Amino acid sequence: MTVDRRKFIKLAGVTAAGLATGAPARLLARETSAQGERSAPLLAKRWAMVIDLKKCLRAQGCVDCVNACHRTHNVPDFDNPKDEVKWVWKEPFEHAFHGEEHEYQREDVKHSLALLMCNHCDSPPCVKVCPTQATWKRESDGIVMMDWHRCIGCRYCVAACPYGSRSFNWRDPRPHISEVNEEFPTRTRGVVEKCTFCEERLARGEMPACVEACPERALTFGDLEDPESDVRAILTNAYSIRRKPELGTVPEVYYLV
Amino acid sequence: MYDAGRVIAGLLIFLAIVTSPLWYRLVSGAEGGPPQLPLVTTDTTCVAPTPYMRALHMELLNSWRDDVVRRGDRVHIGIDGTTYEKSLSRTCTHCHSNKAEFCDRCHDYAAVNPYCWDCHVEPREAQ
Repeated sequence: MTVDRRKFIKLAGVTAAGLATGAPARLLARETSAQGERSAPLLAKRWAMVIDLKKCLRAQGCVDCVNACHRTHNVPDFDNPKDEVKWVWKEPFEHAFHGEEHEYQREDVKHSLALLMCNHCDSPPCVKVCPTQATWKRESDGIVMMDWHRCIGCRYCVAACPYGSRSFNWRDPRPHISEVNEEFPTRTRGVVEKCTFCEERLARGEMPACVEACPERALTFGDLEDPESDVRAILTNAYSIRRKPELGTVPEVYYLV
Repeated sequence: MYDAGRVIAGLLIFLAIVTSPLWYRLVSGAEGGPPQLPLVTTDTTCVAPTPYMRALHMELLNSWRDDVVRRGDRVHIGIDGTTYEKSLSRTCTHCHSNKAEFCDRCHDYAAVNPYCWDCHVEPREAQ
């Protein structure tokens, strides 16, 4: 698409005329939205999640959060575990917290399944290795974002992430999405995907889908830099652990066990 | 000239084939020119003036993409001050729900193959 000088001047003229007539009207009238009132976005300096595994365990075999997340974000369901794509998932405690487990542990913890997702690390190794900046850490609120337009499918990030939070689309995901959510894109073959802390929902003033879906209210989401926030209140009052903190990635998903 | 008859006949056939796109339309009576794109909405305003949208909607969509994904800026302000969500599937296709008629026909005519719909979900066609 090229714009020659004539076309550019024409467009500039139209735009200037539009601004000249539109600007005063805008100043006088209240801003109107074509889609009705929009709710204010949820903002934070540092989003973080606290997962209460005791509450999570109360609902045996519940995967409401996983289903809600995967339905919202058009995450495909492949039959072959080698092709698995996941944003939020459950894993045996000894896999999730390798080194924390021992033979004489509390029974419920020993046999528990921990809920896992992207840790939105303060120092994310996946971001450091991405050659196209298709994944990056948002300065404003600490979310480790993905730009699927830019992902070239090199899978460096999959190798770099110590938490297994990233999945690669080895096959075309579209035929494997049972119920497509039209308001969220799918991915294509050759693209990596992961949890984004529901940044598109936060922008609409909604809490992450998993937090809303949990029947036990085991997930708490909030601003870590706000001393008044729910997450801070929980973290100051209860003992919490994180996955593989020794690696220095500074994960921002906290667990109460 | 040797074999003048054959050479000239060959040249005529060659010319006929080369210029066929020019006279094919006259002979077959097929409609020419860019397709007329039907609007299926009662709304009278778009996010930008029609000539701009017709010429540069792809650049607008590209800048929307970067604004939303990389800068978290989701609000588009139209010329008259109306605000819109910068979203293909939550704004554009609310009015232009007839993708096959509105998008595809012109893209076919212009011989372009945008990959938007590889990921973004096309609107369910109105019955």
